[in-house]
Amino acid sequence: MLEIRSFSKSFDSRPVFSDFSLSAEQGSFTVLLGPSGCGKSTLFDLLMGILPRDSGRISLGGREMPDLRGAAAYMSQKDLLLPWKTLRENALLPVAVKRTPAAEDHRRAEDLFSLLGLSGREDYFPGQVSGGMAQRCALARTILFDTPVALLDEPLSALDAITRRTLRGLLLLLQSRFGKTILMVTHDVEEALLLADTILLLSPPPMRILEVLRPEGTKDSREESPSFAGMKRCILKLLQEGSR
Amino acid sequence: MRQAALPLLFLCTFLAAWEAFCRLFDIPPFLLPAPSRVAHVLATEAPLLLRHGLTTILEILLGILLSLAVGIPLSIAMFFSPALEKALSPLLIASQAIPVFAAAPLLVVWFGYGMGSKIAMAAVIIFFPVTVTLLQGFKSCDPDLKILFSVMGAGCLTTLRHLYWPWALPYFFAGLRVAVSVAAIGAVIGEWVGSLDGLGFLMMQANARLRVDLVFASIVVLSAVSLSLWGIVCFLEKNTVRWAEKKR
Repeated sequence: MLEIRSFSKSFDSRPVFSDFSLSAEQGSFTVLLGPSGCGKSTLFDLLMGILPRDSGRISLGGREMPDLRGAAAYMSQKDLLLPWKTLRENALLPVAVKRTPAAEDHRRAEDLFSLLGLSGREDYFPGQVSGGMAQRCALARTILFDTPVALLDEPLSALDAITRRTLRGLLLLLQSRFGKTILMVTHDVEEALLLADTILLLSPPPMRILEVLRPEGTKDSREESPSFAGMKRCILKLLQEGSR
Repeated sequence: MRQAALPLLFLCTFLAAWEAFCRLFDIPPFLLPAPSRVAHVLATEAPLLLRHGLTTILEILLGILLSLAVGIPLSIAMFFSPALEKALSPLLIASQAIPVFAAAPLLVVWFGYGMGSKIAMAAVIIFFPVTVTLLQGFKSCDPDLKILFSVMGAGCLTTLRHLYWPWALPYFFAGLRVAVSVAAIGAVIGEWVGSLDGLGFLMMQANARLRVDLVFASIVVLSAVSLSLWGIVCFLEKNTVRWAEKKR
């Protein structure tokens, strides 16, 4: 289980978090949904140790940690692929920064490319493929981090509707096939409803949890569910009320 | 091919006008030799020009190597240590305010009449563009990529190898292109101030004997050397940073 307890952070005595806590079950998909500027991405920066926090504790699997560096993979809305490396080399980057990738790592990358529909593109450079393919490669890299947690910062927001739909299914593989505990930040209500086990509705700064929601039904049937539109309206209403 | 046609056409027209001017007004060769005479000297004095040219080329190449050997580690150190950058930046900029002619006699005193002072002179002139552009390249790195490497737990050297260095390569080559274009200036100025060999020395000797045609021939060789070096750097750049041309 991932636990964040009593996080506080202020910028120029303006609090972004004040005694903020959350917990995520191992292997769960938690979506942080809130208005732009509420501090969702800042939370990730604090978790990764990119920004120092004023106070608060992190524990993973019962073990206290200063931050999640080395224990969490990170994927953002930008694919962050290195243009001078091939897609295969980009996917294997988390391995390459630690040691020279072995034959086994290459085999894993090939399997992943096949799973993510990138077979035959292994030796392409990022500049030679579409945005959707680049983001799929970023997903392969996220998987190859080999960490128990994945932090996804609006990973689909820069993509077109059709590519988003395809990638939503692939994101779920992180949880179902690779058993990662996922924290995802988004401001897209529909995306949250389709992907999450738990949705945390967040308030504008200082950020707090307005509501914890657990969407009903299996993820692949939610979109067709009669309650889907109602839940979407309800979430939007809660967010609007929380912003006042 | 079409790109080369226009400069080539311009060069031919310029040479033809120059040749016509010399012949029409019967200009003495010790004032302004016609291109045909320069070409003749290039052919007849080829062994002499080659001997002195090789010395200058060696000075330029060693000067480039020396400036890279100092400039690359220094820009890396300045990038990773802002305190060092703060301390050295004003000195680096001030060093550019010193005219190269002022430094040349000092370098001859320190390193002697041999090749050492010319290599140092070329290195001094190249050092600044190489160091500054490389540092600029490191600094321009995408902050999101830095975060990615930090999240992966990559250390300084690993990040330098996988991220900063490849990111800064286009900047490095831009600096190197400028550097090789001006390297010849450093070497020749060094030879003018004091030497027994090299194209600068040959030019001084020829000028003293009013062999202006030989001076022009030396300039042609020197220009060919600079252009060749520039071409080599462009070729290396094209083959090293091919990815930069394949932007989405």
